Amino acid sequence: MADPLLRVDNLVRRFGGITATDNLSMEVVPGELHAIIGPNGAGKTTLISQLTGQVMPNSGTIQFGGRDVTRLPSYKRSRLGLARSFQITSLLKDFSAIDNVALAAQAHDGHSFRFWGNARKEKHLRDAARAALERVGLGARAGVVVSQLSHGEQRELELAVALATRPQLLLLDEPMAGLGVTESARMVALLKDLRKEVTIVLVEHDMEAVFALADRITVLVYGRVIACDAPDAIRKHDEVKRAYLGEQHAVTRHG
Amino acid sequence: MMPKRNTSNAVAALLCAALVLLPVYSAVSGNIFILTLFTRIVIFALAAASLNLIMGYGGMMSFGHAAYLGIGGYAVGILATEGVGSGFIQWPVALAVSALFALVIGALSLRTRGVYFIMITLAFAQMAYYVASALSRYGGDDGLTIYKRSDFAGLINLSDRTQFYYFCLACLFGGLYLIWRIVNSRFGLVVQGVRSNEQRMQAIGFHANRYRLVCFVIAGAICGLAGALLANNTDFVSPAVMYWTRSGDLMVMVILGGMGSLFGPVLGAIVYLLLEELLSQFTEYTGLILGPVLLLIVVFARGGIMGLLGRMSRG
Amino acid sequence: MYLVVEQLLNGLQFGLLLFLLAAGLTLVFGIMDFVNLAHGSLYMMGAYFAATFAAWTGSFVLGSVMALGATLLLGIALEYVALRHLYGRDHLDQVLATFGLILFFNDAVRLIWGPAGLALPLPAWLTVPVQIIPGIYYPAYRLAIIAVALAVAALLYIVVMRTRVGMLIRAGASNREMIGALGINIKLLFTLVFGLGAALAGLAGLMQAPILTVQIGMGENILILAFVIIVIGGIGSIRGAFLAAIFVGMIDTLGRAFLPDLLRKVLSGAAASTAAPALSSMLIYLLMAIVLVVRPEGLFPAAKR
Repeated sequence: MADPLLRVDNLVRRFGGITATDNLSMEVVPGELHAIIGPNGAGKTTLISQLTGQVMPNSGTIQFGGRDVTRLPSYKRSRLGLARSFQITSLLKDFSAIDNVALAAQAHDGHSFRFWGNARKEKHLRDAARAALERVGLGARAGVVVSQLSHGEQRELELAVALATRPQLLLLDEPMAGLGVTESARMVALLKDLRKEVTIVLVEHDMEAVFALADRITVLVYGRVIACDAPDAIRKHDEVKRAYLGEQHAVTRHG
Repeated sequence: MMPKRNTSNAVAALLCAALVLLPVYSAVSGNIFILTLFTRIVIFALAAASLNLIMGYGGMMSFGHAAYLGIGGYAVGILATEGVGSGFIQWPVALAVSALFALVIGALSLRTRGVYFIMITLAFAQMAYYVASALSRYGGDDGLTIYKRSDFAGLINLSDRTQFYYFCLACLFGGLYLIWRIVNSRFGLVVQGVRSNEQRMQAIGFHANRYRLVCFVIAGAICGLAGALLANNTDFVSPAVMYWTRSGDLMVMVILGGMGSLFGPVLGAIVYLLLEELLSQFTEYTGLILGPVLLLIVVFARGGIMGLLGRMSRG
Repeated sequence: MYLVVEQLLNGLQFGLLLFLLAAGLTLVFGIMDFVNLAHGSLYMMGAYFAATFAAWTGSFVLGSVMALGATLLLGIALEYVALRHLYGRDHLDQVLATFGLILFFNDAVRLIWGPAGLALPLPAWLTVPVQIIPGIYYPAYRLAIIAVALAVAALLYIVVMRTRVGMLIRAGASNREMIGALGINIKLLFTLVFGLGAALAGLAGLMQAPILTVQIGMGENILILAFVIIVIGGIGSIRGAFLAAIFVGMIDTLGRAFLPDLLRKVLSGAAASTAAPALSSMLIYLLMAIVLVVRPEGLFPAAKR
């Protein structure tokens, strides 16, 4: 196997009395689509937030591309090629779609202490933004203010923003959350396409999508890794069935 | 998208024309008072515009902006007292000291957000006020009289009422143009992005606070310029110009005109100072009316005058 | 020796007054998420009421009690008429609206009582010096301030930590939704808390009145000190406000008293006498700056929301 692109060792994060990440170790190799699944409250978002630097771990290390990034602030990790989408859409709501994406491109195009020229007229930034928007199918909606976009379009825009930073590793936190059937299908098709170019870590509740897309799946329960294997092996894994599919069943009944 | 802004743009254009032609009216009608009043208004408009840069575009609610009015003014006053009368020295110093103060205060205050930020900027400005009051060599509480206005080697005579007015107006237009360029630049987009969603901006690779701080410093320097103008206008500078109610006045001008619109603060300054002037003709207790009016504006009229104009042209 | 003890007590007394002001501010902020700049106006009103009522009744104590009641009522009226419309609004809106109230109160006072300022004379029994330790005397009135403020602080502690109302207050500070879910009349609770804060500010104002003159704007400088205390102590925390208030009161008082002499030992006479007043007025702000660098969330932050 190739050297891992991302390597997490013995990561621990506590919130008060709760251990959200419990001595967690995992690896992501270049080119794979690595899914992380687990019941609600398994600590998936907390893990992603530690990987991108919004949350700092209590102990353990995170290495990205062979470099220790455990204590780096999120903006520096982004510059190294780590990008994320947020589970709860987090965009610049009063900016247009293309402005959102162009800013992401701008962040990776030298410094932004330029006070005079009109940034909206910088052709290469606009072109890059337009390309990312086209990529996710939002080409026609470039000029629309984010707050006027539908929920599905906002999810797609999240992805376009992440893409515009030209990441080596894309961390997607439930990109399909709240999407309808057609929108989900479009997102799956998009991810299928994207995975050819970029390594992806995918947190997702939609099992059909996960099993269709993933090369490997890591299963989290109470902040711990209980299994990490290829989809077929995970499907047959006893502990996973007990811990995870039981919960899934309960959720279905409530819902 | 553009046609919606027609009303606001028309108002802004009319406003500029009126400000440019004001000395003509003053000369023809022999009304000198109006020129004096509007010189003051133009200076405060510049200060309010600089506050708008951090408040409206940057989302930094500074309650200590009047400190720079005082610092710019004291830079001119102290240099004049020490025998340095040249504006070519006084003014760059005024800007530099204001920027430096903003750098220190900003670096500290930007460690916090929200109400904390409001309180801390307020407290630091008040510190500047007390320090000025303690400068016994430069008048202390009583303030410092400036016997000679800044000297620009004969290029312009600041003691001439009309020339001084146009000089202030040029500074205002220059300041507004600068702010307009900044707002649309790479830097400006980042600052506005941080106002909108700081976490997102960090996640795509921006060190948010660094941009905030630079924006804070630019605004401080522009307001320092307004302070230098104000000191020349009154031939006097005292701790009172940086008293915290002055900072409050500046905030009111920005909100009244409309945060985050280029000409909003100019409109706000005109309306607020004219209202104050008008009320003072009828009563010496202007606060009795101005205070509740302010409260009502906050409760009922959001977005200020520019917001109102925007709604009018849309509806 | 005498001077040191006297200044220490002065510092304690000033700190306790600051606490009364900061406690109301931090309670109102912690529970209603409301920034009230006009808190200093209530402090001023307390002093004006006391001076007026004491002159009417001829009794300092009676006048003070009436003033306390009047500030409480004024606070409740203010909350009822104006401020409750601003809950849940942007902090900036609250700041501006209450800034308007300050303008209003200052000119209202000028209209009613005139611009000159008032004096609140003390009764004879409060002006005598008391021997606190052999050979050291301290004004009875300042001792009384210390005693009253400590008693109020203790009472406040008991109310907040031990009673049902206090439980609601603490619940409100940590979880606003929960309190609503319990079916408690939130409007009434808010009005009461605001009234309590107003009364505390009024108490601070009327107790300070005999020491300084009663004048317009007297609440403004001290309000900013209260802000500094909240920043240092941690927002929404009564305990933090108490400790930070004593700290700030001490530093400010001792700084003004002893810094000039200290500086004179280091600097030349002229330089020291120029720098000392400026430096001693900067002292607490420098302290605040240090706290911001070391612990931006304050020294004693309230439990996380």
